[in-house]
Amino acid sequence: MGRAAAFILRRRGGKGWHWTDIVTWVWLIGGLFIMFGPALWLMFSSFKTPAALAEFPPSILPYTSQQVSVEGHDKPLTLYDVTLPDGTTKKLAEVRRIGLFSQMVDPAKPDETIRVNINSRKPVQELSFATENYTGPFVHFDFFRYLWNSVFVTVMATLITLIVNSMAAFALSKYEFRGRSVAMLIILATLMVPLSVIMVPLYSIISALGLFNNLWGVILPTVATPTGVFILRQYMLTIPDELIDAARMDKASEWQIYWRIVLPLTAPALAVLAIFSVVWRWNDFLWPLIVLSRKELYTLQVGLSIYSGELNVQWHFILAMTVVTMIPVVLVFIFLQRFITTGIAGTGLK
Amino acid sequence: MTAPLETASKPSAVQHLGAIALAPVRLVMGLIDRPLRALQRMTGLSGMAIFFLAPNMLIFGIFVLLPLFINFVYSTTGGSALFLPERSYVGADQYQRLFDCSNYLDPLTCQEDAFWTAVSNTFWFVVLQVTLMIGAALVTALILNRNLAARSFWRAVFFFPVLLSPVVVGLIWRWILQRQGLLNFILYPFGVDPYTWLTDRTWSFAAAVGVSLWAHMGFYALILLAGLQAIPKDLYEAADMDGTKPARVFWRITLPLLMPNLVVVIVLALIRSVQVFDEVYILTGGGPGTSTLFITQYIYETGFVSQPRNPGLAAAASILMGLVLVVLTLVQLGLGRRGEKKGKR
Amino acid sequence: MGQITLSNVKKSFGNIDVLHGINLDINDGELVVFVGPSGCGKSTLLRAIAGLEKITSGEIAIDGKPVNDVTAADRGLAMVFQSYALYPHMSVRQNLAFGLENSKMPKAEIDERITEAARMLEIEPYLARRPGQLSGGQRQRVAIGRAIVRRPVAFLLDEPLSNLDAELRVSTRAELAALHARLSSTMIYVTHDQVEAMTLADRIVVLRAGKIEQVGTPLELYNTPANRFVAGFIGAPHMNFLEGTVSSVQSGNLVVALADGYQLAIPARETSLEQGARITLGIRPQHVTFGSGDKSIKAKIKLVEALGSETVLHTEVAGQKFLVVIPGQHDLASGMDIDLSLSSAPIHLFDKDGHRI
Repeated sequence: MGRAAAFILRRRGGKGWHWTDIVTWVWLIGGLFIMFGPALWLMFSSFKTPAALAEFPPSILPYTSQQVSVEGHDKPLTLYDVTLPDGTTKKLAEVRRIGLFSQMVDPAKPDETIRVNINSRKPVQELSFATENYTGPFVHFDFFRYLWNSVFVTVMATLITLIVNSMAAFALSKYEFRGRSVAMLIILATLMVPLSVIMVPLYSIISALGLFNNLWGVILPTVATPTGVFILRQYMLTIPDELIDAARMDKASEWQIYWRIVLPLTAPALAVLAIFSVVWRWNDFLWPLIVLSRKELYTLQVGLSIYSGELNVQWHFILAMTVVTMIPVVLVFIFLQRFITTGIAGTGLK
Repeated sequence: MTAPLETASKPSAVQHLGAIALAPVRLVMGLIDRPLRALQRMTGLSGMAIFFLAPNMLIFGIFVLLPLFINFVYSTTGGSALFLPERSYVGADQYQRLFDCSNYLDPLTCQEDAFWTAVSNTFWFVVLQVTLMIGAALVTALILNRNLAARSFWRAVFFFPVLLSPVVVGLIWRWILQRQGLLNFILYPFGVDPYTWLTDRTWSFAAAVGVSLWAHMGFYALILLAGLQAIPKDLYEAADMDGTKPARVFWRITLPLLMPNLVVVIVLALIRSVQVFDEVYILTGGGPGTSTLFITQYIYETGFVSQPRNPGLAAAASILMGLVLVVLTLVQLGLGRRGEKKGKR
Repeated sequence: MGQITLSNVKKSFGNIDVLHGINLDINDGELVVFVGPSGCGKSTLLRAIAGLEKITSGEIAIDGKPVNDVTAADRGLAMVFQSYALYPHMSVRQNLAFGLENSKMPKAEIDERITEAARMLEIEPYLARRPGQLSGGQRQRVAIGRAIVRRPVAFLLDEPLSNLDAELRVSTRAELAALHARLSSTMIYVTHDQVEAMTLADRIVVLRAGKIEQVGTPLELYNTPANRFVAGFIGAPHMNFLEGTVSSVQSGNLVVALADGYQLAIPARETSLEQGARITLGIRPQHVTFGSGDKSIKAKIKLVEALGSETVLHTEVAGQKFLVVIPGQHDLASGMDIDLSLSSAPIHLFDKDGHRI
């Protein structure tokens, strides 16, 4: 144990605590709370009932008052720990509250009512997860539709991105042809054109193509990513040209060379691009917000933002939907974190 | 010689599954091959190059280049009609409207006061956010570059929010900053009364800066960390042999060698920061009032939300923002090239 | 079948001419080696024959049919690449089968050909492995196997041994020679190593700066090099060159004055040389013996390399470097003066432009 602690807390030189060591650990522990805390808080909150959400000060874990059904009462009654005048404590159920007093009943002896001062009773709390927060959105909102729309957009956009970008990267890395440098320049230039600069005319083009209120209107403008072309081209440049010559001698057509030789060998870069593309498209917000105005076409992000912007925000549903929206990205993070971080460090792209 | 051979010759279950999943792909690709062979016979290799490039360039052309050019045309037209033929030419009116100001430092004296409010908000946002971002990212990168146990875990901690969607980020923090939220809960024991932070002009602006800092800092820290790790270890060992003080090592070795990365990170952060929108829009909706209204939101609302909408004005504003971004990108390219040359020397 | 004819083949990349009009006839079943220093255009010439490089002008014909406009795939040639260029994501079997599948060959025949080639090259145990799991020598065999299964009109080999270690290179060289004898098909072999060229070739083509310097059998090149370049390139260690001037021409005898005034009489048929002409004598290090008297020169030893079976002497003759290889072991040390006899040495004469006289 001591050795483990010594390992975790090892310091440079090991000559006692330098001030930088203190800063390091304050920063790291603080970072741990600040970076993970909010998401965890969201997780815990998403399991609370609307009543628990309105409480202040809030509890960290989702607690609810225990309910008990008592003979002779239609509805379940809330259970309380009551300190009786004689000093003993008893679990009693509340029938009704009148002013400062509460009429209570022992669940074991339902006929006998007891009058108790409200200050001498405390609700019995139990840990309970309000799973209806998660099932509710499927009923109250078209949550399943949004989920499906998001999945559809993400999967389709990623597939097309991979195919179209890898084809372009193949052309730009393995062929000599007129206009190649012009094409490279155009792609480089489009790196500078973010959506926010062209959203007005892009919207009119999408409308003219009949893609307004159409998921393909969300997908198509995003698929020709210059970053994708660059990542893949950079990788394909490392595939030896002799391999392609060998395939040509082996009577392979150019298309075969592309998909039987070059694509399999580019798999690592394709995987990186696929992960990025999934995260990008899953998280896209502004463009779907512009293109999609019909409820049944909303993606998760748009649906969430619309419902969270309503006058009466139903936070218990919103929180649960937010958690669901977050799950795929968190899974990607947990399983592919190392892959992504090295990818970013290597390419400087997000 | 035979032992590894046998393991190699038996494909695993995963490989089997992969082969089954790929079968339809193989079929489709094989079917495509026949017409493409014919195309190759007709056009030769350079023709095939064009064929491979075409889909990407087509999509680029339609959805990036074309809008880019149309944008200029839009900015010279008026009215609320969407399609260009239905719009009337107004010359530089939209630009004049944007620049119609008696005092540029006071947005309220301008005709398009929302635009100038957005510009001024964005300016202060960029200044604050980028400064704090670079500082925090640099400290984080320096700390992660130390001889830490479980370094990849700590790196992951700071990187985690980067992947979250802006909507999720906005909602998480809206939930935390509300009256019954976590922040008030934490401050409660210190005698701070519950406060609705996002209804306060100053606090909501601070929240916008803080939240975007939270969401993106890990990304920049990661790039800087990569830069730090690229600095040869023997330089530090040499400095150690010379008995150089740590602070001097930082100023004389670490910082100069990190400079190229730092410049890239600063410009990248500037470019992203100028376009701030999503998470702040979810967090505050631009409010209260116009205290967190930024340029992208102004363009979005002018072009799509406001009644009547004014695409021409939005286009003019977006071109102005585009100019700023182009300048920043050129600065980045220029500095990047200089950094490269330095590196070579 | 496998006759390849090159007529005035030229190739330029932009403004740079790489091949300046190559004329060459390669007979069916012949093993021809293109040899030359790096950058001489030998690989480009091979790639042009393969169809991987379009030629600027001239004509390439295979079995009498011009193939300028035939793609690499349809020329019926097979190539072994310097880096082997095995598909890393395919097993050895798939590597061998890929080309055959592309020409829509029935599966049974593919299997038959692979089995046969694998047996011939002793790579049967590795058929299920990926190239990454093979040693350099095994990969090299697979690369050759990939060419063999195609049953090509001719084999093109681009420095196939250069990635092997020295020992393996010697044994594989012998195997290649045996393979050629067995397949008796046309092979064009590119190398920069003259030993490989000498041991393997039916005919050697020496290239320099995009031009053919000489074509001939290995011994023709060794015994009668057409010029100073070929003379220096073929043979190891390379030929000694002594610069001198013709001091007198008598019938059948030529007296050459070396730099320090030393006179040497050489029998020569040619008498077109005039007195005072600059001339280069070429003498192979192995042809020199100890001894004084007629046709001998004085040398100063600079360095002795005793290799056991032979002794290599780095000497200086008339102020010029002169290498001597003497069989056996000798008690010599640097700084000694010795007499070297050229009486049994064939002496090659080159004029001031380097042409053979």
